[in-house]
Amino acid sequence: MTPAPRPPHRTSDLHAVLSIEALRKRYRLEGAMVLDGLELQLQAGEFIAIMGESGAGKSTLLNIIAGLDRPDSGRVLLDGTDVGALDDDASTRLRRAHIGFIFQAFHVLPYLTVLQNVALPLELLALERSQREPRALQWLERCGIAALAQRYPRELSGGELQRIAIARALVHEPALVLADEPTGNLDAATAAQILALLRQQVHASGASAILITHSLAAAHSADRIWQLQAGRLEPLAS
Amino acid sequence: MNAWRGAWVAWRVLSLAQWREQPLRVLTTVLAISLGVALGAAVYLINTASLMQFDQATRRLLGDADIIVRGPVSGFDESVFVTLAQDRDVSVASPVLELDLALAQADHPTLKVVALDPLRALALQPQLALPLGADITALFAHDAIVLSRAAASALGLQRSGVLSVVVDGTVRSLRVIDVLPADAYPQALGIMDIGAAQWSLARLGKLNRVDLRLRPGVDPDSVRARLGLALPAGVFALTPQIERGRAASVTRAYRVNLDVLALVALLTGAFLIFSTQWLSVLRRRVALGLLRALGVTRHELRLALLAESAASGLAGSVLGVLLGTGTALLMLRYLGADLGSPQYAALGAALRVHAVPLLCFLLIGTGAACAGGALPALQAARRAPALALKAGDAEQDLSRLRTTLPGLALSALGALLAWLPPTGGLPIAGYLSIAALLFGSVLLVPAVTRRALAAIPASGRLIFDTALAQLRGSPASVSVSLSSIIVSFSLMVAMAIMVHSFRASFELWLTKLLPSDLQLRLGEGDDSAALTASMQARIGAVPGVARVEFRRLRPILLQAGRAPVTLIARDMAGQRAADALPLLREAPPPAGAPLPPAWISEAVQDLYGLRPGQLLELPLDGRISRFFIAGIWRDYVRSAGAIVIRRQDYLSSTGDASANYASIWRQPDSSESAIEAQIRAALGVGAALEIISSPELRERSLMAFDRAFVITYALEAVAVLIGLLGVSVAASSTALARRAQFGMLRHIGMLRAQVLWMLACEGVILSALAVLYGLLLGALLSLILVYVINRQSFNWSIDLSVPWLELAALGAALIAASALTALWSGRAAMSQDPIRAVREDW
Repeated sequence: MTPAPRPPHRTSDLHAVLSIEALRKRYRLEGAMVLDGLELQLQAGEFIAIMGESGAGKSTLLNIIAGLDRPDSGRVLLDGTDVGALDDDASTRLRRAHIGFIFQAFHVLPYLTVLQNVALPLELLALERSQREPRALQWLERCGIAALAQRYPRELSGGELQRIAIARALVHEPALVLADEPTGNLDAATAAQILALLRQQVHASGASAILITHSLAAAHSADRIWQLQAGRLEPLAS
Repeated sequence: MNAWRGAWVAWRVLSLAQWREQPLRVLTTVLAISLGVALGAAVYLINTASLMQFDQATRRLLGDADIIVRGPVSGFDESVFVTLAQDRDVSVASPVLELDLALAQADHPTLKVVALDPLRALALQPQLALPLGADITALFAHDAIVLSRAAASALGLQRSGVLSVVVDGTVRSLRVIDVLPADAYPQALGIMDIGAAQWSLARLGKLNRVDLRLRPGVDPDSVRARLGLALPAGVFALTPQIERGRAASVTRAYRVNLDVLALVALLTGAFLIFSTQWLSVLRRRVALGLLRALGVTRHELRLALLAESAASGLAGSVLGVLLGTGTALLMLRYLGADLGSPQYAALGAALRVHAVPLLCFLLIGTGAACAGGALPALQAARRAPALALKAGDAEQDLSRLRTTLPGLALSALGALLAWLPPTGGLPIAGYLSIAALLFGSVLLVPAVTRRALAAIPASGRLIFDTALAQLRGSPASVSVSLSSIIVSFSLMVAMAIMVHSFRASFELWLTKLLPSDLQLRLGEGDDSAALTASMQARIGAVPGVARVEFRRLRPILLQAGRAPVTLIARDMAGQRAADALPLLREAPPPAGAPLPPAWISEAVQDLYGLRPGQLLELPLDGRISRFFIAGIWRDYVRSAGAIVIRRQDYLSSTGDASANYASIWRQPDSSESAIEAQIRAALGVGAALEIISSPELRERSLMAFDRAFVITYALEAVAVLIGLLGVSVAASSTALARRAQFGMLRHIGMLRAQVLWMLACEGVILSALAVLYGLLLGALLSLILVYVINRQSFNWSIDLSVPWLELAALGAALIAASALTALWSGRAAMSQDPIRAVREDW
């Protein structure tokens, strides 16, 4: 099943981009209930942070939202589409078109240039080279690394790599950006720059974003902060 | 967007990575496939050239005949021709004598001669008769012969030249009245008038072939059946298809074996693709996970990985087809088309390249590569991307594969298949048995490896124990690395044991059959040049000759569709058969009326379903003579079969006292060269007489044996080469995947040399396991090769003999190569600094 194409979100669209209802998930090996009736509404253009201890289920929640993992029960509606009801191909296509990912370990392909890395999601969306390269360059400029476009990742610093990841996550104008500990591998100063950039660019693109972090300082870059505890989200601060 | 688009993007990204990171690995897999395809294509092209040449020659000889009536070379009475020509359904009958004439000329013992009625041949063999020219009557002269271009150039003769032939113990001269154009007949041939040949070659009243054209509307099969009933014993009415197929059928098993060997090389290549692709999927698991996270579907990823294998396969196949065509061209030009088998020699065979078969080779090569890459692609696509993006799951997915039970089942199936009989004269079940045992054993590798690694005790030395722990901790990748080495090494071992067994049996056989000091031959396969009784007496009277045993060899037809069996009538006075022949089984004479004994070769037993103790009816000179089968003997020369009878029995059945072979024992004080000179002087038949000492003949025979196996050795060497490539690819893939680990070890204080030493230990442990497993599996496969494939292909048995020294050397070479490639790969993987290495998790 392929979801219908949707227009890019703008901050003015005040509807729930992501709606999570009574989500439950038990770890298969340990048998512990990691998500236990979790609920969440994420408005268009909203940037939230989710904190929690190690093993609290933050990454599991992110994987379920992205369709990479399946809940035991409950629903995840992304722009009205029940992600859990999609088969693997359909959820992959949904991810391709509507979700951007940022990882703690950067996961930038070392044998592609910076420009090629950023243009990769556009290529998957079948954009012509003449369209995707200017757009990727534009995002590299926004992230302050246009000068590195033809360089290879192994020549770059951690901060620069994460800027590439941010550009790659936003280049196809997704409805939702999922950032899993994006500053976990960076020093405090670089982390602050990256978070500022992330917030600025997410807002500029009109996307919604979920930031998973251990760091309260990092979480403060979000509009709202939630604490994942005992399988549920509790508001921590605004 | 369709699946192809996503697959294309993923393929491009993945292939780029492969090419950037491990160009050598990509080239190696391409090379592996190309070698397999090249061998297959070369063998096919040479086979085709040779068979087409044979076919063209046979078609020219048979012309437009509907039925061929063929008898033994010694011939049948020409009254048969008269009867056939008068048959109500026959429109044209053409009498033919087909002989291998003994030449009194060094280096050219025989020439094939076809004697026919030129006027009748114009109707039946126009392609042969028309080039004879306008004055066809010139051929009617009793000493006139026309040579094909190939014969003229081989013999160094031109028009008006003189050809000296040996007939009835004397040398006679034939005049070359013309040489045919090169396109009239591709091989060496002489053409004579039938009447002239009967007169000049002492065959008055004899024919050995009659070609028939039937009246329009007559059913050839029913006429053939009807005529067959009235023909003398040993004379058969055949279809032209049977005649044409004979050359192909005689060499079919040999050709199929070569094809299978080429397939083995390709299979080894496919295994290499499998192991390298699997290891590379492991190494790139994070990249694959990322692609899935970015939106590449399972199907697209599967397609991309399959396309990666297909691209290697296609590139390898294109290269292989080019290499194969070039090899075939060079071999045909400089070495001939016999592929090591003298039966197969086709003079002047030319390369004929057709697009469709070569396209098939492209498909086979690409298909083999895809088959090799299929399982890794399926596994990679199945893996959960969220898990793939985390480190440390590499072994889990592989370890989930349950291979032991399928491995046991396949091995059991292989063992069962080994007991099945041949299909259409080919050991199809034997080949399948080898394939099943090979794959079954590979599937058992994970279980065996786990147990074997667990059984190795810790040494208390850090480096060795760390290497052992590393191997124990990655049983799945270890199994994959081992598999490709085991496949090629076990095939290498099996081939080495088979060839060694064959050679040892052949040497023993030669010793048994060549007990005398000298061997003498005159006119192989032809009656015209045999040693007459007076010549035999003259040989016996030569000073220094202690004893002579004469043999008469004659080809006889036992069944219409089969190649002639060689009848060997030999002096066996005062000898037990077991002393004179390499007997395998004997049977006591039957009770009742005494019948003379005959000893049949294994081929006669297999092809004609005969057993010791049974009655044997032989068509000798148009009459049936009865023998009892007194035993089975081993014959490595005549794969169409041979029958030995006592010479006195042959004489009483045929009245033919001539001989064409002799074994000569000299007196202790005489010299071989003096005896040879005196025999030549006494017989005066020039170079048609071949005399050779038994040791020299043994030496020559062994050289011919080795030459016959040159192509086999070449194919085996390619399989070994691919196997060694597998070792290096597995080592480099694994080392590259462990860059971060090496960096970490360097961080915590392990010296560079210690890391390398650890890798060498891993290489030695791994390859020692592969050698042990490969030896056991190879020994098992060699049993199938020796007792099933060889027996069913060539209808002769060989005794198992193991080349221990050679196998030990091969095993040691593999272990050394493995340790060296592990070291080399480790050095390459550690070329980057440890700081960057630990940062990278790709």
